[in-house]
Amino acid sequence: MTATNGQTTLSIRDLHVSVEDAEILRGVTLDIPAGEVHALMGPNGSGKSTLANALMGHPAYDVTAGQVHFKGQDVLELETDERARLGMFLAFQYPAEIPGVRVASFLRLALNARRETEISVMAFRRLLMEKMQMLRMDPKFASRYLNEGFSGGEKKRNEILQLAVLEPELAILDETDSGLDIDALRIVADGVNRLRGSDLGVLVITHYQRLLNYIEPDRVHVLIDGRVVESGGKELAERLEAEGYERYGAAAASEDA
Amino acid sequence: MAVKDIDQVGLDTYKFGFHDDIQPVYTSPKGLSEDIVREISRQKDEPAWMLDFRLEALRQFERKAMPTWGADLSRIDFDAIHYYIRPQDRQARSWDDVPEDIKSTFDKLGIPEAERKFLAGVGAQYDSEVVYHSIRDDLEEQGVIFLDMDSGLREHEDIVRDYFGTVIPNGDNKFAALNSAVWSGGSFVYVPEGVRVEIPLQAYFRINAENMGQFERTLIIVEPGAYVHYVEGCTAPVYATDSLHSAVVEIIVKEGGRCRYTTIQNWSTDVFNLVTKRAVAYRDATMEWVDGNLGSKVTMKYPAVYLMEPGAHGEVLSIAFAGEDQHQDAGAKMVHAAPDTSSLITSKSISRKGGRTAYRGYVQVMPEAERCRSNVECDALLIDDRSRSDTYPYMDIEESDVAIQHEATVSKVSDQQLFYLMSRGLTQEQAMAMVVSGFIEPIVKELPMEYAVEMNRLIELQMEGSIG
Ligand SMILES: Nc1ncnc2c1ncn2[C@@H]1O[C@H](COP(=O)(O)OP(=O)(O)O)[C@@H](O)[C@H]1O
Ligand SMILES: [Mg+2]
Repeated sequence: MTATNGQTTLSIRDLHVSVEDAEILRGVTLDIPAGEVHALMGPNGSGKSTLANALMGHPAYDVTAGQVHFKGQDVLELETDERARLGMFLAFQYPAEIPGVRVASFLRLALNARRETEISVMAFRRLLMEKMQMLRMDPKFASRYLNEGFSGGEKKRNEILQLAVLEPELAILDETDSGLDIDALRIVADGVNRLRGSDLGVLVITHYQRLLNYIEPDRVHVLIDGRVVESGGKELAERLEAEGYERYGAAAASEDA
Repeated sequence: MAVKDIDQVGLDTYKFGFHDDIQPVYTSPKGLSEDIVREISRQKDEPAWMLDFRLEALRQFERKAMPTWGADLSRIDFDAIHYYIRPQDRQARSWDDVPEDIKSTFDKLGIPEAERKFLAGVGAQYDSEVVYHSIRDDLEEQGVIFLDMDSGLREHEDIVRDYFGTVIPNGDNKFAALNSAVWSGGSFVYVPEGVRVEIPLQAYFRINAENMGQFERTLIIVEPGAYVHYVEGCTAPVYATDSLHSAVVEIIVKEGGRCRYTTIQNWSTDVFNLVTKRAVAYRDATMEWVDGNLGSKVTMKYPAVYLMEPGAHGEVLSIAFAGEDQHQDAGAKMVHAAPDTSSLITSKSISRKGGRTAYRGYVQVMPEAERCRSNVECDALLIDDRSRSDTYPYMDIEESDVAIQHEATVSKVSDQQLFYLMSRGLTQEQAMAMVVSGFIEPIVKELPMEYAVEMNRLIELQMEGSIG
């Protein structure tokens, strides 16, 4: 890992993103220094997943203006897999199902994709089992087909397992809390907390404040209608929990869903 | 996905496309005639009944029209083909005795190495003749016979005469008739009652000469309670002109016996591959065809199982992969001729770069074949919009007390799947290969480990250069 603490790992400048010619992000500016946890909150449809997808280079999301730099590199020039190998990671709100591909074989290939030398099968097995134990996952999980027939909670846990195994430098967690019961939420938060501290920058995208009780953010940003309208400390999340998004205007009316 | 134009890359990923400059000891002139059929039989010093079988087949071949219901076969020029090419005088029993240049071909293909590692026996056919054959001593002692078909006829004429042409008569279809007229090489396998051959027997088929027709003939007899797994692999050089491969495989599985026949067909894309494969299964016997079709220009192949007595079970597991200018017309045929028989057909096809796959299946239940069960599942995966897949499931059910299921799906690799895998650091090619290997996993996991690895490697090779 190259970033040192306090240095800005991710820098987003005036980012505009369109989906099917509709502008969803209308100038987002955000910095996530290495080692910090930032929360992005906002009502449904405000563009949170759009930001996550655009950061990772999803082809359906057109960046029409603005810049994104990660570790000093112009990310928008890079393909999705290059971004991943640079150290970016997205825990999906809706992970895709890949029938016939086992969790373990997929993860080994993914891990090898970002390593100079291949990890041995044995060493990988050990690493995987260790991380699965940390997340209290049944070892049988490793030989299931990737996301196929997973419950909502299993999908989310599987995303965090990948995060733990791949050890990126920036983790974007898109609504990882939805679909998790309170115990699972604790385990997942625990996993994330163990990874934080050193160089890992985290962007926790969430609709509710609940997750932030377990993963305490350094900063909180509020996204309304494709713009960051307010930023603050963790007390901002508590205030949003109490007051909702109404104070930011009519555009936020679709809050509950 | 930001897919770059496939043709920009245009990599030829077929790594078996080299050929050797070998002077065969005999090459029949191009074209087919009674003289050529007689000459083949004379060179092989065959009994009169076999010559009669060949000549009758030749008449059948000439009488039959070309099939028009499947792939386009109009490019086959029967007059431009050498029907018999004998690469050497004698067959080697020791690998060291195989002529150097032929040996180097098989070395490049990794053959004797494979044998040393995990096979019970190996046969290697080069053009028309089997150049090498071996079987483990312990199996030979148990009475297992694994020979090339010509030697089988010479050394075990009594057995061969009882079964040869009984499952697939010499006039069964135009290409079976052609094979019956000019057949050469192939395998003869006999497994005595109760003997279980736990590790596979493998045959390797190589076409080396240009404008070659390879017509191997395989006969497998599994006596009651016996088991064998036979594996064949096929490759050929890349030439500008077409070659023809037209095999006939007949299998008899007796009471309580089991036979698995695995094919990894990876012919170069100038080979017309028109093969007739059929098995009969008796009481409580099991016949399984595992069929991987990756190569060839055109393949038409529908492995069949005739379920003759109660308790017989037939399976076809097939994978077809069609790339540019390839047409894989593959499928299965199950004939339920007795009550309480069951069959399972699982077909997976992948088309890309404008390639075409078809599943053509036929399930027949004869009158009074009660309580039969048949399950057909065929899934097609399209890699791009230019490619094509068709399903032709035919059913002929003449009994009402049966359980027949048919399911067909067509899917595309979704952007969402590719994005997900790439977001973990996989390149687009790796991501695509992963989706494809997942798609065929239900079949690949049925292959012996070494072949499963090989299959996945071939798929990765196929996917190379398929995307930007
Ligand atoms: N792939 C897509 N195709 C079409 N519309 C989309 C797509 N992704 C997002 N949108 C639209 O963009 C807006 C923001 O969606 P999203 O980013 O998912 O919001 P959030 O994650 O904050 O709930 C919504 O109006 C949504 O319908
Ligand atoms: Mg969302």
